[in-house]
Amino acid sequence: MTSEEKNIQYDSGSDNITIVLVGQPNCGKSTIFNEVAGYKSIASNFPGATVEYTHTRVRIGTCVCQIVDLPGIYSLTGNDDISRDTQKYLLEEPIDVLINVIDSSLLSRSLEFTLQLMELDIPIVLNLNMIDEAERKGIEIDVKKLSDHLGIPAVTTIASKGKGISQLLSQALKTAREKKLPSHIDGHKDVESRIEEMMNILGDTFESEIRHSKHLVATRLMERNEYFEQKIKKHYPELTEDIEKYRNEVENIHGTTSDEVINAERHSLSMSIFEKVTRLGKSHIDWRDRIDNVLMHNFWGYVFLIIILLVFFNIIFSFGGMIEKPLTAFFDTIAASIYNFFDAGSLISVIAKGAVQGIGGGIAIVLPYLFPFLIGLAFLEDIGYLPRVAFLMDGIMHKIGLHGKSVIPVVLGYGCNVPAVMATKIIESPRDRFITAMIATMVPCAARMTIIMGLVGYYLGGTYVFVIYLLNFFIIGITGTVMKRLLPEITPGLMLEIPVYKVPRLRVLLMKTWLRLKDFIIIAWPLLIIGSAFLALIEFFNISQIINNVLSPLTGLLGLPSKVGVTLIFGVLRKELSMLMLIQAFGTSDLSSVMSAGQMLVFTIFVVFYIPCVATIGALWKQIKAQKTLIIIFLTIIIAFILGVITRGVTGIFW
Amino acid sequence: MQKITLDQVQKNQSVIVEGVQGGFGVRNRINTMGIHKGDILKVKRSGIMRGPILVNVHGMDVAVGRGMARKITVSIYN
Repeated sequence: MTSEEKNIQYDSGSDNITIVLVGQPNCGKSTIFNEVAGYKSIASNFPGATVEYTHTRVRIGTCVCQIVDLPGIYSLTGNDDISRDTQKYLLEEPIDVLINVIDSSLLSRSLEFTLQLMELDIPIVLNLNMIDEAERKGIEIDVKKLSDHLGIPAVTTIASKGKGISQLLSQALKTAREKKLPSHIDGHKDVESRIEEMMNILGDTFESEIRHSKHLVATRLMERNEYFEQKIKKHYPELTEDIEKYRNEVENIHGTTSDEVINAERHSLSMSIFEKVTRLGKSHIDWRDRIDNVLMHNFWGYVFLIIILLVFFNIIFSFGGMIEKPLTAFFDTIAASIYNFFDAGSLISVIAKGAVQGIGGGIAIVLPYLFPFLIGLAFLEDIGYLPRVAFLMDGIMHKIGLHGKSVIPVVLGYGCNVPAVMATKIIESPRDRFITAMIATMVPCAARMTIIMGLVGYYLGGTYVFVIYLLNFFIIGITGTVMKRLLPEITPGLMLEIPVYKVPRLRVLLMKTWLRLKDFIIIAWPLLIIGSAFLALIEFFNISQIINNVLSPLTGLLGLPSKVGVTLIFGVLRKELSMLMLIQAFGTSDLSSVMSAGQMLVFTIFVVFYIPCVATIGALWKQIKAQKTLIIIFLTIIIAFILGVITRGVTGIFW
Repeated sequence: MQKITLDQVQKNQSVIVEGVQGGFGVRNRINTMGIHKGDILKVKRSGIMRGPILVNVHGMDVAVGRGMARKITVSIYN
């Protein structure tokens, strides 16, 4: 803790102020938030949305402040969910002051967003973060001049080094208490006059209904912003004709659409301010550009991508493997003691033991892999490598209906589906995220690998293992392509900023990891406990027979012995259980004596594709919500079925 | 002045944005990234297999998908 930070305490206090951090992606906003929030951050969703923002309460001086970190967006008027929800938040929630965090080395582009934010009539402070980056690029900014031109306070910070943050917060509090609204900066006369005329027809009653200045409403209508268009349609449909008239006038004068005109206005305004307040000097030669010559190279880029992914993969699975064994042993011991504690053999003891095994599974099996994965992901994110992965993989991925960023979840799926599903978080488009999540669950994880190796590999030989993996790869490709055609393409294409490489801060990494881990735990663990307890009940009451009978149409269709039924239920809890339970169900570890080669193939293929395990379901629930999770469950069962039956047919013919 | 689309531009060539052939959605995405008519873009590289095009605009690197790049008309900047 630096001496600057000592003043921030975590207590209850007097006045209540809401500070909202808003800025474009990669501006260091989250670093600032993490500096202030410590371990008390809470992640929430925008109401009715899957878009998340984080918030916390801290005491600064005498004030109890709510600090909110909104997702990074390029513009309030963007067409994607995140921009829309963020704009809605800024228009509807009570906010005392905005801190507009910007990457000072990208001042001209950032100012466009600043100008948009100033239109919202909320007290605002401009935070020139990454001032060291600007210096490195040879950009000298006259902060006072900038502040004067905009008419709002400006504070510089280097968040990655923790510098300037307490000054930023005190300025924010000061501005909040002064309640000083930013004044409007005028654009071209002809556009302004049309906006003013629009304001006149909007009338006074309108203002009380929509709670924003007429100027903001008029400007947004000129920009064809959906939020305001909807409001007009709903409350004042009679005004649409006049509004269209003003738009047309502007379009006729400028020769392009009205939204382009407004955008161009903001653009030239921010450029002119930029030119007035900065001086461009010599930039230091950036070795980071040289790295990109290799990492984004048309050949070497891919070589390094494979290397980096392999290293990533290996770290996760070595670390995980190391921790898994002792943890599993630990939980098995606890489970055994609980069993005995509750009067061994009784119903309670069985359920309790089952529940403990469930938690044990969650902690000992998933966590050792999930934790290093989340840290690794946060690391790759913060260092700036992920957009480069998207760049390298985008062209190839589109051919199979995926997104450039989809390669990460798919690769991770080979280890464990849970981190793979959680990695789909990095994909913005919900449609792409859904397709990728679905495909990630079809990738055979380590647990399924043990079945493929232990059953097919052991009894039928290595060639068939290869065949199964190949088949799996093709099915995934086909599924992706089919889903791409079936689901309408919403996003017109890739527009992705490739940020400068940055050194990640350990504290921020740990914080992100913790937040994401918390999410998963809350959803997955209850499922694991309930699932395990349920299976324990099945064992206790000897219902295996009943279940096998119920599932016999299914197993019959696949040509499998009915005893396999209950093992498939166990496989939902943990995939490797399905094979282990086979041994238990048949009472022998020599499975070739009870299953034919064809049946083994059918069983393995079915198990590889059918329903994700409970932990994965938990992760899916969290990432893409219940409805889509159910669709994936349904689809995977169907696909597994079809493949199983085909395999039965093919092996029947040839063997 | 020769007008071509962004995906046809050679590596290390600088171009001026002339216009966007597309509806509101496409224009919005491009504008949002800070790319406007009259801006100077420098093409840094082109992804293989119809991959995205990496351009530098106002000091920032942006990967533009090929489909999008086809909709941006530019002229060569000398």
